[in-house]
Amino acid sequence: MSEALEQELNEKNRDLKDLVKREYKEGFVTDVESDTFEPGLNEDVVRRISAKKNEPEFMLEYRLKAFRRWQKMKEPDWAHIDYPKIDFQKIAYYSAPKEMPKLDSLDQVDPKILETYEKLGIPLYEQKLLANVAVDAVFDSVSVRTTFRETLSEAGVIFMPISEAVHEHPELIKKYLSSVVPVQDNYYTALNSAVFSDGSFVYIPPGVRCPMELSTYFRINEMNTGQFERTLIIADEGAYVSYLEGCTAPQRDENQLHAAVVELVAHKDAEIKYSTVQNWYPGDENGKGGIFNFVTKRGVCKGDNSKISWTQVETGSAITWKYPSVVLQGDNSVGEFYSVALTHNKQQADTGTKMIHMGKNTSSTIISKGISAGHGQNTYRGLVKILKGADNARNFSQCDSLLMGDRCGAHTFPYMEVQNPSANLEHEATTSKISEDQLFYLKQRGLSEEAAVSMIVNGFCKEVFRELPMEFAVEAQKLLDISLEGAVG
Amino acid sequence: MLKVTNLHVSVFGTSILKGVDLEVNAGEVHAIMGPNGSGKSTLSNVIAGRDGYEITEGSIEYMGKDLSELEAEERACEGIFLAFQYPVEIPGVSNMAMLKAAINSMRKHRGEKEMTAGDFLKLIRERADLVEMKHEFLKRSVNEGFSGGEKKRNEILQMAMLEPKLALLDETDSGLDIDALKIVSQGVNALRSPDRAMVLVTHYQRLLDYIIPDHVHVLAGGRIVKSGDKSLALELEEKGYSWLEGGTNAAASLEQVAN
Repeated sequence: MSEALEQELNEKNRDLKDLVKREYKEGFVTDVESDTFEPGLNEDVVRRISAKKNEPEFMLEYRLKAFRRWQKMKEPDWAHIDYPKIDFQKIAYYSAPKEMPKLDSLDQVDPKILETYEKLGIPLYEQKLLANVAVDAVFDSVSVRTTFRETLSEAGVIFMPISEAVHEHPELIKKYLSSVVPVQDNYYTALNSAVFSDGSFVYIPPGVRCPMELSTYFRINEMNTGQFERTLIIADEGAYVSYLEGCTAPQRDENQLHAAVVELVAHKDAEIKYSTVQNWYPGDENGKGGIFNFVTKRGVCKGDNSKISWTQVETGSAITWKYPSVVLQGDNSVGEFYSVALTHNKQQADTGTKMIHMGKNTSSTIISKGISAGHGQNTYRGLVKILKGADNARNFSQCDSLLMGDRCGAHTFPYMEVQNPSANLEHEATTSKISEDQLFYLKQRGLSEEAAVSMIVNGFCKEVFRELPMEFAVEAQKLLDISLEGAVG
Repeated sequence: MLKVTNLHVSVFGTSILKGVDLEVNAGEVHAIMGPNGSGKSTLSNVIAGRDGYEITEGSIEYMGKDLSELEAEERACEGIFLAFQYPVEIPGVSNMAMLKAAINSMRKHRGEKEMTAGDFLKLIRERADLVEMKHEFLKRSVNEGFSGGEKKRNEILQMAMLEPKLALLDETDSGLDIDALKIVSQGVNALRSPDRAMVLVTHYQRLLDYIIPDHVHVLAGGRIVKSGDKSLALELEEKGYSWLEGGTNAAASLEQVAN
């Protein structure tokens, strides 16, 4: 980490110390007229979603096939999480702000929505944008704004809502949608495939280094609505892209479902860096409300020398069930997974990764940092699989857990399946507590207890934070501090 | 500056200090010597405000204030510094980041503005040279992977950066080879000043060859059993602690503590 960043992080630290015990600041509701389906799911609802999007026939067929598969499937129950049964008929599967704007004119976006993003720190006016970050803003089921589209298209980069890509680039959608995560992969992927309404689509042509960070900001606003977004990113030969997603939701007493699917394809010599700062509403301190986050993310290193890197900072959601994975198909391909997952109060997270080595000389790195506070339950679940043909595969895994208090839990389930004797696997795991000695040491240097805890926790996460783009590293640290308010003392 | 009166301290129910009296004025250097388990570290910890050290009788006054009213971090901000006997490691937090946060926290306490990044860098480089610490150590995680000597030197660097009014050095000489001892002592001597008081807690006399104290006290069995000037330290070196044991029975109290 650079000195400047370190200093900045440090300054942030001190500002936070002054924060009084705060509430989830993204918890507000935007009062906007919306077109929301009645709760419930059947074939007709699937057809209506497709019709809303004016989709070509192939998409409707895709959805219906997925829906029929889903009806025959069962919810997975193997994760170390405990939650009331979800009634899928009580969820509304489509909600969009009325007066849908044309995407090229900001004037037509409901000012209340613009204000919402402004409040969230995601301004959608280009003159106010974060330098060098293009944003796709998804509000409930639809994309309301994608910035910098022209600048990007000059470089040949396609960055648009997936609902538009279906119309404008059907050949790419047909070729790649569900090519990494099959529809029937699991219960939630089938559901998502049937009802997804928007998300981001990215295509980087051969040899192009995407000139800016791409980012999608997901916002759930409407009550009793599920968000089912779909993201598809393709980096063609020799291309590079760095993509970030952020997410928040209003504070409500009811649980809400978020079931997304993200697919990444890296061709020969291509690299995709995918970062997530997840801050869905976590529920209150008694575990009331909060988002159920059931997400499937997978990337395939299709070509030789390709690389996919996942970085995630998970501080929100009542339940997190998420395993961003990499299939290392090309020779010499590289997969990385850097994760910080924090559970406080009654939050539960079961998260980790799968690294599937198929090509020769493939390597993967897993760095997982779990922080548990309050009654939080934090589980790392990971699989490293070395297939027969994967000569000289290497993996390094490190799973560290930090416990705060004596009512929380940390669990580690590392699975390894090795079918090739030339594989080289290393696994390290530690569990630690913030020690009284560390706290006293820092307090003796003049730091308050909160500042001391924040410093120790951020030090613990440093290996992951340094993988994030700078602005987001600062954001992530801030989020962590806020999420830990009241965890000590 | 510091006035300890009839101090009785218990740690988790075990009585360790049993009536310590000590007065330290600005500009003075005091050495507190004594056998292991005599309560030397307890004294420095209780002054610094560590949790779990209960004052059962007596008082500690610092700059006219009753210290028991202040939290550990407030004492630090008021100018009390403890150089730890066993400095802890804080993975992922660089020495620089920690010191910058510490300095600014103290400045804020005094109602001063934060130090600029430039001033901070200049200062830390200058002070690192004082304790002959390579600048690369500044970027490393606090004490992580440091040798015993490096950790102690790092404590002196922190003291030099934080410029305390009252510095407590808890067994700073333990685990140091002769070269490291010289460097640490040089650092300490450079920080001696008319406004600053220092209390050296040590088991051995040899530290006092390099840092000449104004006063020497012998702590045994939870009490100061003898005070004098630097010649007392030499006498102790020659005769051992058993010389003082007669009335206080330090060895017996030592066992009590251990049990």
